[in-house]
Amino acid sequence: MAGESTYVPKTGFTRWLDQRLPILRFANDTLTTFPTPRNLNFWYSFGGILTFMLAIQIVTGIVLAMHYVPNASMAFDSVEGIMRDVNYGWLLRYMHSNGASFFFLAVYIHIFRGLYYGSYKAPREVLWILGVIIYVLMIATAFLGYVLPWGQMSFWAATVITSLFTSIDQLIPHAGTAITQWLWGGFAVGDPTLNRFFSLHYLLPFIIAGVVVLHIWALHVPGNNNPLGIDVRGPQDTVPFHPYYTVKDAFYLSLFVILFAIVVFYLPNVLVEPDNYVPANPLVTPPEIVPEWYLLPFYAMLRSIPQKLIGVIVLFGALALPLFAPWLDTSRVRSMRFRPLAKQFFWAFVLDCILLGYLGAHRPDAVFPGTSIPMLPFARLGTAYYYAYFLVILPLLGLLETPKPLPATIATSVIGSGVEQVNAPAE
Amino acid sequence: MATTTAAEPTRRDFLYIATGAVGAVGVGLAAWPFLDQMNPSASVLALSSVEFDLSSVQEGQQVTIMWRGKPVFVRRRTQKEIAEARAVPLSDLPDQLARNLNLPEDAPATDKDRATKPEWLILIGICTHLGCIPLDHQGDFGGYLCPCHGSQYDTAGRIRKGPAPENLAIPPYAFLNPTRIKIG
Repeated sequence: MAGESTYVPKTGFTRWLDQRLPILRFANDTLTTFPTPRNLNFWYSFGGILTFMLAIQIVTGIVLAMHYVPNASMAFDSVEGIMRDVNYGWLLRYMHSNGASFFFLAVYIHIFRGLYYGSYKAPREVLWILGVIIYVLMIATAFLGYVLPWGQMSFWAATVITSLFTSIDQLIPHAGTAITQWLWGGFAVGDPTLNRFFSLHYLLPFIIAGVVVLHIWALHVPGNNNPLGIDVRGPQDTVPFHPYYTVKDAFYLSLFVILFAIVVFYLPNVLVEPDNYVPANPLVTPPEIVPEWYLLPFYAMLRSIPQKLIGVIVLFGALALPLFAPWLDTSRVRSMRFRPLAKQFFWAFVLDCILLGYLGAHRPDAVFPGTSIPMLPFARLGTAYYYAYFLVILPLLGLLETPKPLPATIATSVIGSGVEQVNAPAE
Repeated sequence: MATTTAAEPTRRDFLYIATGAVGAVGVGLAAWPFLDQMNPSASVLALSSVEFDLSSVQEGQQVTIMWRGKPVFVRRRTQKEIAEARAVPLSDLPDQLARNLNLPEDAPATDKDRATKPEWLILIGICTHLGCIPLDHQGDFGGYLCPCHGSQYDTAGRIRKGPAPENLAIPPYAFLNPTRIKIG
């Protein structure tokens, strides 16, 4: 899809610039004329939404850093100062804290879309792996940022997550403790920890932006996958990115921003643990520690395992497992539209992640409300299914399943059936 | 060079290897300050001991003091609690090491090795699972219950149930006189 450049400089200046730094040619080829499958649907608009959310987080973060003090005795008060005294500080902070949630909402839709349409399969393996790396960097950034307000949840989240590394003691005696004290800069989470977390929280978004550039580069070599999962065969299968997809992306971005604004303005604390409005106290652990909603499925996995080291391995393994999806999925058909069995296992996987998220918000010894059914067996079953989806189901289905016949080309499938004709260019 | 296999090493080969070796060592040495700066600083290490007056602690009571930014439990045990802790056979314990920094590493987790003066149980109040602070006088064994993931400890601070792998650690401490201890 990378194809020949179609850029023709129109003025004397752009001709002069094009011979010295072909930046306008690059922008034209990647953002304007880039041939994009003509059948991309709503679910393909989240790449653009994610780019927008990264920009929102960086811009609001930079201005919040102008007012925030990364010191254990002043951090909490400086955040309250942002909320009360700084002009529009409440808005900037609510955008940033809820922006993280919407960033993750968008990334989960984006990831599940990739899993459904087989976007991780050849020739897009590197594109997918870069995406998983971005997701892990997002988790790290969100965790570091969650610590900065220095409330009770901040402090104890930092303690629990950094203490995951003490489990290495069970493999190499004292190594885990040494690593943990190195992370803390002390013998417990404290002022040095807060300082370095602030430094790294400021750094990581720019690393993410760098990997996003690689992610888009890796997208532009093979070109977009599409809901049919079949290859583009020629110009009749594509439309230029601009204006067709810039407009489509802008439309869905507007809807997404409206939803974001509703939460920022009317429900800014709906996703916040009230305990985080209590200043950090190293002597009292809150009755229950739970992470933000977007990490709950992994927390459920950790808590469902009674052995410390294995629990930690299961947690990190769940993050690493999708890296291998391109090779674990043995089917030659990409899109699950044509995979009747895989489609059902996929939706079960989506429900499984939601179930794990629900269980992650409850103590391991909890029972389902109004019943005496314990949650723990379900958390273990859910963890097992998560692993089985990648390690057993995807490899086996490719061998056992008979896919439905694929359409010949994107163009016949789209224009032939009369679907989405509004999107077709005037020819 | 490509045609012979046993050619004499040339001066250029020597320079390549020497440059590479110096470069690798140099990168290693230059990286160390950037890694080590994250370890506890001199000011953090300087706060490494505290003293505490025991006379105000009543039997059956526990107080928490701060040492190195961590909570240390000072618990004055009742005779019943001591007797319960002593009655537990070692084989019932998931972690059979004393985890007492005042004793050799392989000391067994007997009550005597957990509390050298039976009345006074001195513990680092951090769950060995993921670092939460256990609640005292709670749980099935009358010792500690961690609110985060449900680990339970007995009246000698030994893990009995739940995901925590080790007994609650015992900090280095010394009795300066019968009513005063120094921790650290």
